Amino acid sequence: MSSIESQPFNLALVGTPNSGKTSLFNALTGSRQKVANYPGVTVERKAGVFTTPGGRTVSILDLPGTYSLRGRSPDEEITRDVVLGRRSGEVVPDLVLCVADTTNLRLTFRLMLELKATGRPLMLVLNMYDIAMRRGVTVDLEKLSERLGIPVVTSIAVRKGGTVDLLKRTDEFAAQIGTAPVTSGWRPLTTAELRALQREADQIITDCVSLPARPHTLTAKVDSVVLHPVAGLAILFLILFVMFQAVFTWAQPLMELISGGFEALGDFVRATLPEGLLQSFLQNGVISGVGSVIVFLPQIIIIFLFILLLEDFGYMARAAFLMDRIMGGAGLHGRAFIPLLSSFACAIPGIMSTRVIDNRRDRLTTILIAPLMTCSARIPVYTLIISAFIPAKQVFGWINLQGLVMFGLYTAGITSALAVSALIKFFMWRDYEPAPFMLELPDYKLPRLKSVAIGIYIRAKMFLQRAGTTIFSMMVLIWFLASFPRPPAGATGPAIDYSLASIIGHAIEPVLAPLGFNWQIAVALIPGMAAREVAVAALGTVYAIEGGKEAAEQIGQVLTTKWSLATALSLLAWFVFAPQCASTLAVIKRETGSWRWMGVTFIYMFALAYVASLITYNVAVAFGAG
Amino acid sequence: MTSNLHHNGHQPILLGNARRGYRGVVQAIDSQRVASALQPVELESRLIELGFVEGAKVEVLHEGIIGRDPIAVRVDNITIAVRRREAMAVVLM
Ligand SMILES: Nc1nc2c(ncn2[C@@H]2O[C@H](COP(=O)(O)OP(=O)(O)OP(=O)(O)O)[C@@H](O)[C@H]2O)c(=O)[nH]1
Ligand SMILES: [Mg+2]
Repeated sequence: MSSIESQPFNLALVGTPNSGKTSLFNALTGSRQKVANYPGVTVERKAGVFTTPGGRTVSILDLPGTYSLRGRSPDEEITRDVVLGRRSGEVVPDLVLCVADTTNLRLTFRLMLELKATGRPLMLVLNMYDIAMRRGVTVDLEKLSERLGIPVVTSIAVRKGGTVDLLKRTDEFAAQIGTAPVTSGWRPLTTAELRALQREADQIITDCVSLPARPHTLTAKVDSVVLHPVAGLAILFLILFVMFQAVFTWAQPLMELISGGFEALGDFVRATLPEGLLQSFLQNGVISGVGSVIVFLPQIIIIFLFILLLEDFGYMARAAFLMDRIMGGAGLHGRAFIPLLSSFACAIPGIMSTRVIDNRRDRLTTILIAPLMTCSARIPVYTLIISAFIPAKQVFGWINLQGLVMFGLYTAGITSALAVSALIKFFMWRDYEPAPFMLELPDYKLPRLKSVAIGIYIRAKMFLQRAGTTIFSMMVLIWFLASFPRPPAGATGPAIDYSLASIIGHAIEPVLAPLGFNWQIAVALIPGMAAREVAVAALGTVYAIEGGKEAAEQIGQVLTTKWSLATALSLLAWFVFAPQCASTLAVIKRETGSWRWMGVTFIYMFALAYVASLITYNVAVAFGAG
Repeated sequence: MTSNLHHNGHQPILLGNARRGYRGVVQAIDSQRVASALQPVELESRLIELGFVEGAKVEVLHEGIIGRDPIAVRVDNITIAVRRREAMAVVLM
């Protein structure tokens, strides 16, 4: 065949949720898109390119999973529109790969029959063939292909060489046909047609597939504990509790190592460079500022490790099941649980994944409260303050008090999110019935070391990149503001008192003074609007410039001498609520399609933060912590 | 699909009322009188898309803690979590 094709061959991956489409996409293109063991991971279209063994350039689309082409939620509409060629600016796929989980064919076969009826060229990919064989599922491939009138291939997306068959058949297919017909006939099926298709699908399965009699017994066994009404909830809370304890205790040695490294670096800079602006910039701006954020990498890694393991194991959908009614009491959709739990990592993917929620109001409520979940960017802020002000003693013999406070802050985030949701429901949408919760609970899978490792690597890289870009540039700004203008000759006070930072800080201070914030905090909060960790870095820089040599070493120790406990607690309360993340606000704007909801989020979070800090500060002062 | 609800002596039971451990076969989907936020046709379509079609074997595997809701139901060889409110549309025998 001619290998110089001007037009690439266009593939689209379509299938029921959790059938392994993204795994296939990653295997074929070498990308690292997010894969996890629950339905509704992919919520966007993702494009990639690869070359077949036959030398053909193929462009491939990964799409959100769907049970039908009806497009009930925003993610499913994307899939429908791509398959039907309704998306403007999008090429119509030359071949649709219908990806099936071979252990679970019923629903995919129904979807496949619906796809077939659109007239789009189709190939059936029996994925997860390894699991199917292990369980004793056998498929008569030839008979199936003949019966369906389309090519059928098997694949193991997560194994090396698991897509050989698929590639070969794609080459053959591409060589045969010209371009696909552009017209496609599709209209929503009536319930009678749906039933008829399901019957046909079931009949095909009976004829071509032999299934083992027993269901997956491991899943059944685990579920009998994990989904037990009482034990299940206890386990869920235990997991969350251990996660936050671990963030504190496991990370400690590594963090000390990193901060020791930065200290040594700071000493080195001070020793080698002559005193002056360059030394100050490197030592105070870069090392004290950016370094104070990078120290938190181990904690970020631990929290992602937990979330990734839970996702890959298949626990997320179970957690959603356990929490459904509890969240429903607060006016939330059961499907809101997964987006909210991913917001523990970062609110941005959390808000994106609300696309699986079909009902617009439910989706909006979830988006509005997602930023209240304690994202990993708050960890540096919380940890810094907690380790400076809360003693690291054991309570009840085994619980680390610092970890307990951390857990308390997470709980505060969750509780306030539920409360806000309940209020939204009460004031805005009282008249309305709860949307249904229907979710497939996938079989458990052992997390694969490689994919967990890659997941962590990607997150760590993102964190460091942010430290190198956003945080670094903010640090340069802060350093500049805190260093200029230089004090007049013969000035006596600390140089920083003459700087722009001090002028700005003092200008805002009156507004924040009732919360117990001093001018240094006030300046740190402004660049902290870009991202929460920046506030930590900014404090690091401001205090380093102010305090000179000693202060540059350990920002935490400096804080204990400069702040009262009441101020520290008040700042913690501030960070539970304050909308200090520009990217989150931008995503809210994009996902809701309006400035209005972004504005609403911004204002309500600020109001909450102010009130919470005001109360915290005054209560703490009343208790003598002022 | 409301016809044929009472045949061959079996008392039909709604999946929404079934307790943990109940096994049965789907006899019909009747979404007309269900107090769901979804339109009856939409609810029926979704249930069918999750495998609740006439003749499918179901078993109630797990119940939630508040009001025994939601339920996890085995439908042939997959497990679906669904609220009792919506499960009221599934008529079993
Ligand atoms: N053993 C095995 N596991 C697989 C295979 N393909 C995918 N998986 C696993 O199945 C789960 C789902 O994979 P994804 O690729 O996220 O599925 P998806 O179809 O993209 O899911 P959605 O985006 O939610 O529609 C993950 O835990 C994968 O590791 C396979 O061939 N064999
Ligand atoms: Mg996917």
